[in-house]
Amino acid sequence: MLQFLAFRAARAFVTVLICVSAVFIALRLAGDPADIMLSIDTPPDVRSYYRELWGLDRPLIEQYLRYLAAVARGDFGLSFGDDRPAFEAVREALPKTVLLGGSALLLALLIGLPLGVLAALRHNSAIDRLAMASAVFGYAIPIFFLGILLILLFALKLRVLPSAGSETAWHLVLPVVTLALPLAGRLARFARTSTLEVLGKPFIRAARGRGVMPLAVILRHALPNAAVPLLMFLGIEIGGILAGSAVVETIFAWPGIGRLLVDSVSTRDLAVVQAVILTVTVIMVAANLLVDILHILIDPRLGGFARGSGRPA
Amino acid sequence: MTSLDTLPAPAAPPRRHGRGMSPVVRLSAGFLVAVVGVALLADWLAPLHYTTQNLAARLKPPLFESGGVTHWLGTDQLGRDILSRLIFAIRTSILIAVAGTLIGAVFGTLLGFVAARCRGLVDQTIMMAVDAQAAIPALFLALTMLAFFGNNILLFIVLVSIDGWDRYTRLARGLVVSEQESDYINAVEGLGASTARVMLGHLLPNIVAALVVQATLNFPGTILLETSLSFLGLGVQPPETSLGLMLGEGRRYLLNAWWIAVFPGLAIFLTTLSMSLFGDWLRDRFDPTTQRN
Repeated sequence: MLQFLAFRAARAFVTVLICVSAVFIALRLAGDPADIMLSIDTPPDVRSYYRELWGLDRPLIEQYLRYLAAVARGDFGLSFGDDRPAFEAVREALPKTVLLGGSALLLALLIGLPLGVLAALRHNSAIDRLAMASAVFGYAIPIFFLGILLILLFALKLRVLPSAGSETAWHLVLPVVTLALPLAGRLARFARTSTLEVLGKPFIRAARGRGVMPLAVILRHALPNAAVPLLMFLGIEIGGILAGSAVVETIFAWPGIGRLLVDSVSTRDLAVVQAVILTVTVIMVAANLLVDILHILIDPRLGGFARGSGRPA
Repeated sequence: MTSLDTLPAPAAPPRRHGRGMSPVVRLSAGFLVAVVGVALLADWLAPLHYTTQNLAARLKPPLFESGGVTHWLGTDQLGRDILSRLIFAIRTSILIAVAGTLIGAVFGTLLGFVAARCRGLVDQTIMMAVDAQAAIPALFLALTMLAFFGNNILLFIVLVSIDGWDRYTRLARGLVVSEQESDYINAVEGLGASTARVMLGHLLPNIVAALVVQATLNFPGTILLETSLSFLGLGVQPPETSLGLMLGEGRRYLLNAWWIAVFPGLAIFLTTLSMSLFGDWLRDRFDPTTQRN
């Protein structure tokens, strides 16, 4: 098991390294950083001063190693906008995105899982069709359109919720709902499928045969078995939540990293862009590594710590 | 061997999904045909040009909200006809999404072929790139590239193809690896066929159905990537127009003129919805290798 973990961790590290290298290559392909960062009428001596300061006169391989070292320290250079370290801007914005994304994930789980499980229990009923319809909706609706519809309805027509800003908890409602609803639809479809699959397995039929009530079967036997695929699913969806946050944060003026990225792309503030994209990469890779670790812990076949009840997997 | 029209007459049991189109799928297919028709015939269909301004008729509501008969879907902040802009926006968005899908499919499939054929280091490098791609949301990657290289329409189309190339690579590699050892490939190779001939003449026809299904399922994601970027003001630039751009512009006039944003939003939603319903049907109908979850 430890060997497997070490392999996974090494792979995660390599993935991050590839992404950092890709960013470095793309940056160099984009042109001379001195030309991008300095204005056109910069005097040549000032220009060469900066080239030396940024190490642009060194061999490319040395520049690359310096870049790796700087990134490892969280040093991405200064932001054009306010002349402070780019990483500071990310560190300020990140908790806001975690709050938004975490709440959305929680809400989506609270809606999607029960809906999906219920749909599986009442196969081919009205609630089953509702779950399937919401899943289709969850895959097809553009998140920015959903956000705008919610603003139209709740902020402009009914005037019950604020549409922009982050001052009070009420400001959280619309962006969280916008982010959560499509995800809830996808989760419902996923929960329905896994529940149907588990319900068809012999040990569930055996439990039912012993006279265990269906709900108890679901809670005690079916759900623990659906945990592993659910984890995998959530690992993939984290990317979706992050991508959604760029759009949702821009619509609702929520000061997270998604909006930070969009703003810094608009102004071509490259230091901040790099800081955001590499932070996101690390988060994604770490999330997937965490999913792998949890997978090992939950699944007894992989030699984890979940033992005792002799629960079939 | 098997190609699109000679697939094993849909393997007997899975008759439950049905081979015929349900009314919903029929409706989706009809809508898609209409969208493509609008995109192709934009020049003839649009009552006005999409840049024609009429400042005297700014923010006119649509017909059914007691607007005039001259502008069925109302006008925007510059008095431009929403219906005309919508028609041209559909053309731009569909063109970009189709081009992006094609580039992603060809490039991704090619990489998958190369990986499956070469194995070893080449294979590992390509699959590592696939893993790295999966580690960054396509929207974020596209945004970063736009920041580095600035915005131009060609780069933008290439960026839109980012969403999904890794899926074609995975799919093509997996299918080729499993087909490679089959008797007919060994036979063709034994007869002295070149690698390219084996690939394009014998392997490709066998996996083309799966690839087409994958492209259909990817298409909504590609449209959403284009419209998201344009919505954020970082994609298609004025005076050109796209569905996402219209929606982004309309966002500022929600209070007084909801129709500027809602019509293009509906167009995007209905297109992606129809495409995923149609794609699901296509998968059940034509692709025996992937099962719906």
